[in-house]
Formats: sequence, structure tokens, C-alpha cells
Amino acid sequence: MNKREFLKKGAIAFIPAAAVLQALMRQAEASVAGAAGATGSPTPGYEPRDHWYGMGIEVEKCIGCNRCAEACKAENDVPPEPFFFRTWVERYTVKQSGETEVECISVNPRGERKAQDEREVLRSFFVPKLCNHCAHAPCVQVCPVGATFTTADGVVLVDSTRCIGCRYCIQACPYGARFFNHRTNTADKCTFCYHRVVKGLLPACVEVCPTQARVFGDLRSKASRLVRFQRMNKINVLKPALNTEPKVYYAQLDGEVR
Amino acid sequence: MKLPEQVTRIAVVVALVATLALLVRFVLIPRAYFSTAVHQSATVRREVARPVNFAGASACQDCHAEEWEKKALGYHKGLACETCHGPAAGHAEDPMSVKPFAPRDRKFCPVCHAYDAARPTGFPQINTESHNPLKPCITCHNPHDPVPPETPKECAACHAQIARTVALSAHALLPCATCHTASKEHRIAPRSALPSKPQTREFCGQCHAGGTANPDAPKVELASHGGGYLCWQCHYPHLPEGRP
Repeated sequence: MNKREFLKKGAIAFIPAAAVLQALMRQAEASVAGAAGATGSPTPGYEPRDHWYGMGIEVEKCIGCNRCAEACKAENDVPPEPFFFRTWVERYTVKQSGETEVECISVNPRGERKAQDEREVLRSFFVPKLCNHCAHAPCVQVCPVGATFTTADGVVLVDSTRCIGCRYCIQACPYGARFFNHRTNTADKCTFCYHRVVKGLLPACVEVCPTQARVFGDLRSKASRLVRFQRMNKINVLKPALNTEPKVYYAQLDGEVR
Repeated sequence: MKLPEQVTRIAVVVALVATLALLVRFVLIPRAYFSTAVHQSATVRREVARPVNFAGASACQDCHAEEWEKKALGYHKGLACETCHGPAAGHAEDPMSVKPFAPRDRKFCPVCHAYDAARPTGFPQINTESHNPLKPCITCHNPHDPVPPETPKECAACHAQIARTVALSAHALLPCATCHTASKEHRIAPRSALPSKPQTREFCGQCHAGGTANPDAPKVELASHGGGYLCWQCHYPHLPEGRP
């Protein structure tokens, strides 16, 4: 076979072979993306673009019972070890001397809390924390493989099949909201209970909160509880100077909270 | 001007390669290789498909109407059933074989109701060591309508912090009723029927003004002492020597 012949036959063989290969790949892509297409709705009758989710937290109402963190574990299959959590509660103790002590009560929820000498305490309160689902999320910016992203309804998710486990996002999150899931070997975080929210249910932590310290809602809807919460309270977010535009809004937030 | 033949030939080859490259890029390579939309929608789908474990606040109502109505009128009206009974979506689907958790021992209620200085003021809290030790909470309190079985007679049952402060002060021997009058309603609805507080300087003057009967109480000249201020703007009545 001379060169001319090889090129001729090669060109003839290339086009159908490529077409077959391409058809196979299209099929695989379609099965991954599902019938509704790449940007369509995840459940029938739900349009992600019509929503923009956020959470409100009323610090004064939190009693530090840690039911939110436990419910989150039960709902989302978070590893059982006490130091893995997608949401957690911190106890802030401001002393007479001016120093502030922070204790994460979710690490040892049922055990003895650190004893306090009440004469030294100036004020003390609980602050529930979780992923802030920032509108400008640093974790999304730094992911080298695009595994973490913001959905059309404003929820920051991790694609565990694409995540390479480099932990860059865990370092980048200014709120410490991410952890490394040793089961999947990927980064893990709060999803606002996305599987519940699209079905019209509340996130598990909001569902079980006994004092309604947590409020979940849609910022695009004027009638949502969160919009009312924002209207009725003085609102602050964590680390506003970082311009991450967090969507977890705190009412009665103390200046000591970081 | 006519182009030399070698230029036309190389132009044909270049055009062919360019067409092939464009064909491969835009037709042959699947979109998933360069667009994030495909794997993002797959992630969303995976998330949505995850099982729901908490059935939600209204799921219990249909079968457990009695408990639901009782709870709706009590202090626990804001609690979801699953706050205490745990995730119950499995029970809602198959009520007979899957039973939710029902807390009956003494460990469960203090998770919320044990005293912690960081808990908000007014939230009902107990000292687990002194509050009926070893007795399960449900022997006296119905968790679906948790009113105290008997309204406490002592003010200290709710106002423990003040009681502890007063106990160390010169006012230790004064009953609360010396200065406060609490109506009966205050025991049932503490915040809507507040007890009275002294309103005037003359009230403290009953013991502390010069020439009054009580020999142990320090005396001041009411007319000149403290100017226009009320007594408790400088002296904390529950610990009067604390702020001289």
C-alpha cells in the first residue's frame, strides 16, 4: 500500500467510524443528563431559575440543643464520627476580661460541656452555623476541576464523581463549612437538603429546630418566611468584608461572632 | 496574477485540516467534554434522587390527630414531631413494621431543658441534679402538652438566678413579696401578667429613710441623697451592697 492509497482508504474509513463513535458518546451523554436535558428541571413542575434559596438564623432563639446537627446527619448520611458535620452549633462565651471563648458543642453533643464560672461570664449565647451558600463562593472559584458549582436556585453543590479530593475548597472556605468525607474521598458540605427543598419540604435542620431559630425560604418570593424574616429583623452576615455575599442571614448577631 | 501551484496546493491542505479540526471540535466531541452543564445537571439529579428520611411536619397529622391537637395547644406547639421522635419517613410509608423512636428516659429532655448559661432568658431550664433526680420526665410531664404538673409555689423555681443572688445579700431574709406582688395569672402566663416592682424612692425609704423603725437597715436622708435618681438606678436591690 502506497501513501496515496493509505490516505484514501483512511479518509473513507474515518468518517463512518467517527460517526459511530460520536453516536455512542451522545447516547452516553443523554443517559447521564436524563430526558429533561442539561439545564432542565430536576423534578417535574420545578423550575430552578424561579428560586433563590437562603436561610435565616435568629441567634436569640437558639437553645444549643444540637438537634439540627443530629437531624442533618440522619438525613444526609454524614459519617457518624462526631467531628464530621455539615451544620454545627458554637457556644460563644464573652468573659468579663473581654476575651471570647468559642466551643463547638456539636463535637460532644451529649457529653459534659465545658464548665463555666458564671461570675466571669459577661454574656454567652449559641450560634448555629452551616454552609453560607455564598453568591460569590470562594470554594467554587478555586476548584481546579469544576466539581463544585452553584445551581440556578443558588445552592452550592459538590459533584462527587468529578471531585479529585485535593481539599483546596476546604482551605478556601472562610466559614469552615466543608470537610473531607473519608468514605467517598471527596469534599462534602451542606446542600440545603436540596433533595427535600425541590420537593417542597424544609431542610432537616429547619424541620426539627424546636425554637424556630432557623428559617428557610426563597428570596425570589415576596411571601416567603425568609423575606418576612429579613423585613422584621436587623440582619447581619458572617464576614461581610470578604464580599462572598453569604445567603445565611443572622438576626441579633453579636460582633464577637466570626 | 496567477498563484503558483505549490501555494494553491498548500492552501487546500490547510483548508482541509481546518475543516477537520472544526468538525471534530463542534460535531464529534460530545458536549460533556467541554461544557459543565452536563455534569452539573447529573449532580443535581443525583442529589434530588437521595432518599428523604424526615417526613415533614404535616405527615403525622392524619393518623395521630389526637396528639397533634394536644400539641398544637401546648408549649411544644412549635416542635415538629420528628424533633423528639427522630426521622419517621419510613414509618409514614409502612406504619406497622417501622416504629419511630419514642424517648422515655431521663436523658432525652435535658438535652434542651438542662440549665446552660448560654440558653436564652425565659427558656424553661432545670438543674438535673436537684430536679426530682432519677425520675423519668414523663412521669410528671406529658411531652405533648408539657405544663408543670403543679405550678411552683416558690419564686426560686423559675427565678433561680435572682434567688441565688439575694441569698448572699443583705436582703436575704426579705421574702420576694416584700417588694413584688405577683398575681395568680403570673404563675400560668408569666409574661402576660408581670409582677409589680417598686416605683418610688419612698418605697425604699420605708426602711432606709432617716428615723424609720428598722434598726439594721442603713439610713440615708431621702431628700438630699442621690438627687433625682431612683434608688435602683445606683443600687441593685437583689444585691444592694454590690454597687455602692
